[in-house]
Amino acid sequence: MSTEPAASGHAVAQGQPVASARPAAVSVAGVGKVFASRKGTDVTALEAVDLTIAPGEFVSLIGPSGCGKSTLLRLIADLDTPTSGSIEVFGKTARQARIDQAYGIAFQQAGLLPWRTVRANIELPLELHKVGKADRAARSSELLALVGLSDFADKYPDQLSGGMQQRVAIARSLAESPGLLLMDEPFGALDEMTRERMQTELVRICAETGAAVVFVTHSIPEAVFLSNRVVVMSPRPGRIRDVIAVDLGRAEGRDEGLREADSFFEAVVAVRESLHGESAGAPAARGVDIR
Amino acid sequence: MKQSASLPRTILAPVLLGVLAVALWQLAVVALEIKPFVLPSPVSIATEFSSSVSSVWTSSLVTGANALIGLLIGAIVGIIAAIIATVLPITDELSAPLVAAASVIPIVALAPVLYTMFGADKETARQLVAALAVFIPVYLNTLRGLRQARPVHRDLMRAYGASSWQATRAVTLPGAVPFLFIGLRIASSLAVISALIGEYFGGPIGGLGKSITSAAASSNYSLAYAYVLGAIILGLVFYVVTLGLEKLVSPHRAPSTGP
Repeated sequence: MSTEPAASGHAVAQGQPVASARPAAVSVAGVGKVFASRKGTDVTALEAVDLTIAPGEFVSLIGPSGCGKSTLLRLIADLDTPTSGSIEVFGKTARQARIDQAYGIAFQQAGLLPWRTVRANIELPLELHKVGKADRAARSSELLALVGLSDFADKYPDQLSGGMQQRVAIARSLAESPGLLLMDEPFGALDEMTRERMQTELVRICAETGAAVVFVTHSIPEAVFLSNRVVVMSPRPGRIRDVIAVDLGRAEGRDEGLREADSFFEAVVAVRESLHGESAGAPAARGVDIR
Repeated sequence: MKQSASLPRTILAPVLLGVLAVALWQLAVVALEIKPFVLPSPVSIATEFSSSVSSVWTSSLVTGANALIGLLIGAIVGIIAAIIATVLPITDELSAPLVAAASVIPIVALAPVLYTMFGADKETARQLVAALAVFIPVYLNTLRGLRQARPVHRDLMRAYGASSWQATRAVTLPGAVPFLFIGLRIASSLAVISALIGEYFGGPIGGLGKSITSAAASSNYSLAYAYVLGAIILGLVFYVVTLGLEKLVSPHRAPSTGP
């Protein structure tokens, strides 16, 4: 983990310089996004967002519904284009990064293809990029082991539980060993028990792959448990209110015990207070899950 | 697992009900002395069916061949039309009123006109009637299936930088298959019904429809019912084969389920 983001403390990460020669995993500069509605009233989803994410860093985006956190993730993924500002992923434009498969992506819905087996679902991106059959099989076996689903390789999605399907989706997002993972509430539809288990697994997977992660979530404990930094956003228009460094030690050391540690609670409180912000208890925090 | 547990219920119960109904029918015909021209008894129909099973078989082959040709033509044209309508939405907009009209008129009503067009000694008119009847459900269901691509799959394909042809092959076409089969299942029975009813309006003899009318016209009611029984079996065969094909091709693609 880089100490640089931790040092920035509660400061907003505006134009944070990246000291190393390696380009930042994600560099968002002055980005705004306006959705033109049919009635002529434009909706400003994001305004003047600056954010730099270092390689290997885990950053969560948290905020009330409608604060533009998913929009920001979609802009980084080049699934939408920003109205203003620029986004770079590993020093390339977001579009080029998408074409070069610089990132893997997972959504709240697993989005598996029901007519493909678990293995074939994981191999889908490799297949689309013309990876040979033997290499595909080797890679999917590796990933199946990584997410603990080796025994389910030949099952179909409808034979799996929600948590298992989401694990397949995560394995699929890792198929091309991306340096960046984009995750939009991947555990949002899971029950609390499964969710915590998946979080622990994700921490382990990220430690093993060394990928940077942008993680959109509604849950404060989830954000704190997973992240190096938590980006707190405010709605209408979506802006970065605060960036909170979470110093819970190296990923390998994060286990279930951490959930009951004092440092964990302190970070949860810090994020909570930031979310409620100046207008404590005001509508700003509506829709945020503070379990 | 579940199916085998409820096997007695799903198979035995309807069979028992059927046997009971046939027995009551026989009893009613005998006890009330119902005349054969009103309603022949099941026993006389069964006797007639077994004694004339070869002619029922040859008639079924004629009608079945017409229905099958119609089913194939209608299905292929329906699928191609649905693909065109998906690629070029303008064609869909232009053809929407036509399709709506075609789906409300009874296609068999066209049979007399088609006999005049293609000649009364040809099977062509019957095959076309079946094809037209098949076209509508296949076209509409396939079109619906092709438009069913879920946003999460579209996002994934874009994230993978997939070309539009790759996305079509990986997501759109396989996603439409269950819908195509819904259309085919409806169409399989329609093909048999249309080919058979088409025979009532003219054309060469030899099919089930003609055999039913000529048996009834010569007051051989048990024989007419024997042909009707043949028609029922033919329709069931078409339906079951389509259903089996569906189960074979897409065991995990039920459109209502899946993540």
